[in-house]
Amino acid sequence: MLPFFQWCYDTAIGETIRESTWLFPLIEAVHLVGLGLTAGAVLIVDLRLLGAGLRGQPAAQLWASVRPWLLGSIGLMVVSGTLLFLSEAIKCYYSYAFWVKMTCLVLALAFAFTVRQYVVRTGLDRALQSRLTAIASLGLWFGVAWGGRWIGFS
Amino acid sequence: MTPLEFFTWLSETSWSVDLHESEIAYSIIESVHVWTLCVFFGLMMMVDLRLLGWTMRAVPVSEVLDRVLPWAIAGFVVMVISGMLLVLAIPLRSYQNLFFRGKMIMLVVAGLNAWLFHYRVYPKIAGKSFDGIPPKAVRIAGATSLALWVAIVFCGRMIAYNWFDCDRQPQPAIINFLTSCVPAPSVY
Repeated sequence: MLPFFQWCYDTAIGETIRESTWLFPLIEAVHLVGLGLTAGAVLIVDLRLLGAGLRGQPAAQLWASVRPWLLGSIGLMVVSGTLLFLSEAIKCYYSYAFWVKMTCLVLALAFAFTVRQYVVRTGLDRALQSRLTAIASLGLWFGVAWGGRWIGFS
Repeated sequence: MTPLEFFTWLSETSWSVDLHESEIAYSIIESVHVWTLCVFFGLMMMVDLRLLGWTMRAVPVSEVLDRVLPWAIAGFVVMVISGMLLVLAIPLRSYQNLFFRGKMIMLVVAGLNAWLFHYRVYPKIAGKSFDGIPPKAVRIAGATSLALWVAIVFCGRMIAYNWFDCDRQPQPAIINFLTSCVPAPSVY
């Protein structure tokens, strides 16, 4: 795996970002806006599954409405995140926070578009199943945000 | 007491020194600041997008404001507390930071925008039904809020960088003016 990370680190894009004063902070800020948008779209549905927030609305309808925004913000995060990663791939390889984040990210995405989507669409209103789904979703996204912040500290 | 004297005094309190020296406390507070950013900024953007008519059009604006804003405000409260602790950890540098100042000014403008929306714009349309897309005044309030919060997050992220810091001289005169920085004569 390390040779791949080394290759990422050596790419022209990685080097350009590394050597620029402004690029890394600017991409980081874009990444943060994407994080907010992702969190907002996730929270609208998860709060509903918990029986809070917009509980007067069907979860399936809320999900259909925020889904394009979730997909768009994830796209923004993946692009900006990849750029950040290229510039410091070696640091990421040795950072346990990076691996926690990537594991949580893969699980959170897989969960959102399989189990969670199924629960939302079959509409088991305020059932235990809905609440557990929301808790699992929030836990996984929390892991993504936590890991992300701690890559910077390590 | 001038602001400079106040922040100098603040930086000498034991609370500030302890926070500054505790690496773990600072990291945890900063993490809390980012998590609450997810809650506040995320939900605020969803509310603003609804005001623009860009999402959840089937849900009445009044319902989004009643049911989503309290969660955003709860996030905001924790965010402000954690933000104040971050300032307490590095008072003087925060006070003289260009981006911190920009952020604080925009926070005030965002507050004014929220006040205008809730007490001047929204009462005129509350109770009236409109077809998913709100009237222009509401959309303008939503767009203004969205733009301001994105700019505030940008500035917040940039506070961490020391490009315009007072102890990094020489800086252009305009920068030193905007950061109230009086560089020591020995620099020149």
